[in-house]
Amino acid sequence: MGISRRQFLGWLGAAGAGATAVSRAEAASNKQFDGYPGSFGILHDTTRCIGCRKCEEACNKVNELPAPEQPFDDLSVLDKTRRTRSDVFTVVNQFQKEDSQLPVFVKKQCNHCLEPACASACFVRALRKVKTGAVIYDESLCVGCRYCMVACPFNIPAYEYNEAITPRVTKCTMCHPRIEKGLLPGCVESCPKEALAFGTRERLLKTARRRIQKYPNAYIDHIYGEQEMGGTSWLTISGTHFSEIGMREDLGTQTASSFTAGPLAAVPVVVALWPVLLTGIYAISKRKDKIADEERIHAVAQTVADANEEMQVKLAKMKDSMAKEKEAAINLEVKRALEEAAKEAAESQQASEEAGSETPKEEK
Amino acid sequence: MPQETAQVNKSIFTPFNVIAGMIIFCGLIITVLRFTGGLGAVTNLDDNNPWGIWIGFDLLCGVALAAGGYVTSASCYIFGLKRFHSAVRPAILTAFLGYALVVMALHYDVGRPWRLPYPIFLSPGTTSLLFEVGLCVFLYLTVLFIEFSPAALEWLGLKKIRNLVVRLTLVLTIFGVILSTLHQSSLGALYMIAPSKLHPLWYSGYLPVFFFVSSVFAGLSMVIFEGSLAHRHLHHKMDETHLEESAGVALGFGKAAAFVMMGYVGVKFIGIAMDNNWHYLATGWGLWFLLELIGFVVVPAFMYAIAARDRNLRLVRWASILAVLGVVLNRLNISVVAFNWHLPSADRYFPSWMEIAISLFIVTIGVVVYRFVTTRMPIFYEHPDYEH
Repeated sequence: MGISRRQFLGWLGAAGAGATAVSRAEAASNKQFDGYPGSFGILHDTTRCIGCRKCEEACNKVNELPAPEQPFDDLSVLDKTRRTRSDVFTVVNQFQKEDSQLPVFVKKQCNHCLEPACASACFVRALRKVKTGAVIYDESLCVGCRYCMVACPFNIPAYEYNEAITPRVTKCTMCHPRIEKGLLPGCVESCPKEALAFGTRERLLKTARRRIQKYPNAYIDHIYGEQEMGGTSWLTISGTHFSEIGMREDLGTQTASSFTAGPLAAVPVVVALWPVLLTGIYAISKRKDKIADEERIHAVAQTVADANEEMQVKLAKMKDSMAKEKEAAINLEVKRALEEAAKEAAESQQASEEAGSETPKEEK
Repeated sequence: MPQETAQVNKSIFTPFNVIAGMIIFCGLIITVLRFTGGLGAVTNLDDNNPWGIWIGFDLLCGVALAAGGYVTSASCYIFGLKRFHSAVRPAILTAFLGYALVVMALHYDVGRPWRLPYPIFLSPGTTSLLFEVGLCVFLYLTVLFIEFSPAALEWLGLKKIRNLVVRLTLVLTIFGVILSTLHQSSLGALYMIAPSKLHPLWYSGYLPVFFFVSSVFAGLSMVIFEGSLAHRHLHHKMDETHLEESAGVALGFGKAAAFVMMGYVGVKFIGIAMDNNWHYLATGWGLWFLLELIGFVVVPAFMYAIAARDRNLRLVRWASILAVLGVVLNRLNISVVAFNWHLPSADRYFPSWMEIAISLFIVTIGVVVYRFVTTRMPIFYEHPDYEH
């Protein structure tokens, strides 16, 4: 016998998982990624679910999880709204509609986003979307930062808080290992009411639309997961508004990676522009200092020059006045000498006059 | 040296040593519990609340308050404000210790701390903002170590290496500003991936801008706050230049912080206008948001402005305390208080006493190491052999 289609696709997925670890699904970009072509998904029809918890039991068995405190056939568990935990990958919750006696049961597990928030948030690429459609986790890389749990809009990943050395993030794997072997996911296989259907996402979307069209009164005209957070591989249809059965309707249709694309795009801008800008500011402040220095030196030189000039003028004046003083002093001396000479002459004249009559002739 | 012998003679049981010793002893016991029993043994974290105060306080506040390093060195070396030179070394030391302690705190918070090099060396997840944070913090811690090393090298008397490192100052400063811009902002951008979980008043496309701008005044305020503490307790270690310049540093930084804070208030309101979130302001969450923004940003901004005008040192110091508390409040609001706001109160997170004790333990280690370094190495004074 040849290989079945399922096996073939399984191998494809396995090959894809290894070789194309870096995919557009993980890269922040504003391009629309519509999922890997032919990838699988699961359709959950809440109108068919009876809350028997068989899927929980199968999930527990397939993933070799520890036995729960209360057995799976104990339906009193449904009285409380639960979430996934480190040892519980899927839960069925019960919601009581106001206008009806019948409760609505909703299965909760990883929705396997087409562009997963967790994979985009993981800084070691421990989480990734593979071609089968599953979002899978690689324990050997995980650092345990729990950013995936912060990022997940559906609050799905759980963490082994009581594990000291090797804590793991845990979540539904869409039974990726079983899909690769050509087996159905545990929950789908165990569902007695066909509330879960496995197939390619495209086919499941058609199935869901057909059911909604065929029974418009039984369903809300919305396929949860077709658009939510950019689309998920897990699809849900319901007869009740999703917000009334614990599923948020305000998540929008943008992928998680589109929210962080902006800040990531700013990184190269900062890396390229900051050095230029900062070096420029440094150069400007340095140049300002240099110019200030030059101006100071110039000012000092100018002051010195001015002072010199002033000094020259002063000196000249001083020289002038000194020369004048000198002249005056000389004149004075000359005058005094003349006077003295005159005086002497007068004295001698007087003396000669007193001594005799011939001396005045000599004097002349 | 004489001071050290005096300390030894004095008895080691000073109030500071006793309290610090008790906190560290307590911290060591919880450390053992953490690494033998896992996070569940000591924290109140759960599957809905994967990040508690070890991220909200130790990482987010730690990094924001260590921004003084890049702010001070940039203002001195890049903007050429040389009158802030004596503030650079204390700021670089605080930043280095701050980042080292952030990395230490991360070892408590992540599940397998020995794998912390994985994202950088083994399997880089480049689409993650956390990768950007990790890479930048790793590189910046290295930069801070080199920037800080001259003080240690002077202390050790290794002249040649010291002179070599000092020549790298400008390049390191520019590199430090780039790395700080990137990781300060991406700490805010971490939360952009979860618009469905963070309250709309705090969630914004501008989160990275808010975080970066607030880190600037967080750094400025921290330098002022820490300076006032150092003056009280380490006055005898300061040289004349440091003492002369310190008032100018506090007033100058206060003035700068006033401007940046008012700019921050502006972008915060633009953020609200952008998403048309005005109607939330009339709710309880809105009052809490306004308390954070008005009480802990606008008020200290005005205090700074008045203090800078009147040259009032006391007011600058009070303003810095308020501003630092405001940044802490903002980071805790985003990471803990307004995160998961839509969950019923029974599913909300409140830290366990052991989480708080570990945060205290890490801060205490920081203070003890700071004292050890500042009482030995040339931080508040210039080494006599290297004065310029």
